[in-house]
Amino acid sequence: MEDEISKIVIRAAAVSLWYGAKRALSDVTMEIREKCVTAFIGPSGCGKSTFLRLFNRMNDLIEGVRITGSVTIDGTDIYRDSLDVVDLRRKVGMIFQKSNPFPKSVYENVAYGPRIQGIKRKSDLDAIVERCLRQSALWDEVKDGLYHSALGLSGGQQQRLCIARALAVKPEILLMDEPASALDPLSTAKIEELIYTLKTDYTIVIVTHNMQQASRVSDYTAFFYMGELVEYDKTPVMFTSPKLKRTEDYITGRFG
Amino acid sequence: MKASKKATGAGIVLLTGLCAFGIIGVVVFVMGTIIAGGHGMMTWKFLTSAPAQGMTAGGIFPAIVGTFFLVLIMSIVGVPVGTITAIYLSEYVRQDSWIAKSIRFAVNTLAGIPSIVFGLFGLGFFIQFVGRNMDRLFTPEGQLVWGQPCILWASLTMALLTLPVVIVSVEEAVRAVPKELREASLALGATKWETIIRIVLPNSITGILTGGILAVSRGAGEVAPILFTGAAYFLPHLPTKLSDQFMELGYHVYIMSTQSTNVEETAGIQYATTLVLLLLTFALNFSAIYLRYWMRKRSLQ
Repeated sequence: MEDEISKIVIRAAAVSLWYGAKRALSDVTMEIREKCVTAFIGPSGCGKSTFLRLFNRMNDLIEGVRITGSVTIDGTDIYRDSLDVVDLRRKVGMIFQKSNPFPKSVYENVAYGPRIQGIKRKSDLDAIVERCLRQSALWDEVKDGLYHSALGLSGGQQQRLCIARALAVKPEILLMDEPASALDPLSTAKIEELIYTLKTDYTIVIVTHNMQQASRVSDYTAFFYMGELVEYDKTPVMFTSPKLKRTEDYITGRFG
Repeated sequence: MKASKKATGAGIVLLTGLCAFGIIGVVVFVMGTIIAGGHGMMTWKFLTSAPAQGMTAGGIFPAIVGTFFLVLIMSIVGVPVGTITAIYLSEYVRQDSWIAKSIRFAVNTLAGIPSIVFGLFGLGFFIQFVGRNMDRLFTPEGQLVWGQPCILWASLTMALLTLPVVIVSVEEAVRAVPKELREASLALGATKWETIIRIVLPNSITGILTGGILAVSRGAGEVAPILFTGAAYFLPHLPTKLSDQFMELGYHVYIMSTQSTNVEETAGIQYATTLVLLLLTFALNFSAIYLRYWMRKRSLQ
């Protein structure tokens, strides 16, 4: 278990969010700690993915979104006008529910971010690609097919490739939106193992539908319901002695 | 009562069937006539030599070359402009905004304008306004270089005519690029522009090609826009610069059948020219259809 003095990286204060007239988040306040895995759980439509997407401003892409409250990362308000969203997204990487490799080679997928940042030297790119594929535990499986299409990989491999691709821009925080929900148990286990090793270097926030997964991989768990943060605590506490009945009912599968 | 209903039903089947088969009949008749009349003339020599003996003999090489350069210049101008418009429409404006609506309205209107109007517009705008003013500024007094019909103005007129085809085709392709790929790119710290250049456009390339081919096929089949803007009755030499006039296949058919001294004598040439034009447009259309089919199949995977 992480020690209590672990630094707080993300701070959300009284955040509410509307899609047009529909309120998706109500007054959420929470702090996320550095180099820990924080899991968001809750039934579909409870706002957990919406909340996750606040941290790299992916909600900006949706028309008609309105946000109140504040979100700071390392003390910087990420919704202030002068903020460069591109810088933010380099610092806060994201893994999506459906693996979404580009229809390019394995190599080009990983090299995409560095290339955008202007890295051109082949030797530099080679080094980044190898480092990231090793970090995402994919290197041994793809090293002989680096220039083959990424679409030829299995679902689990594709998702680990997406993780490697996200790591290539050297983020500090990784947001994972149900990264294993479309994968078979074996691939899921690999992703979970990966999350466990990655947390020594990265702050990870993961949205999951899977209670066991949350209890296995996370240090902190937040339970969302109807756009509100119901309860948030250390994972063992949440799963053994939650303070609220609603949390217990959800975790034990009595509703949701 | 029942019997009469049955009779009506049978009558309708017969009528609709006749109409449908009538269309097939027309196509077969048209194609048959053209092939029958033209196939005898279709030789390598016909395709590669210039008209001779007051256009009653020889080939159509200058018209093929003219058509080629017409559609080439048209594509060089029209495809980029159409692509940029489509990108703007699908990526940069809100779909329900008045800007998007007015652009769409303009594109649809452009697509509905009769081609002869484009020809007149080209004459009035490109030649008499743009061209004459260019001459006033750049050429010695009294000389006409740009203020007269030429291949550049004909190509630009044709580019305007075919612009809607390109825009619609590219926009469809751009929209077919999955949202997930854009999100992935943006989440990696790419700007919107970088995402368009590196992800959206490469994945729409078949749509852009399809648009280009459809535009070329449309352009190659139109005569009215180039009537006043650059097509020539007969030229002893091929066009060598943008301010030259040119011969063109469709226009060649038109003048051979209406303006020539002896229409009967040149019937073979007319049929064969028409056949070349038809084969060209068919080939272009089929490749566009195939590309589009291939693109759809790929985007479903």
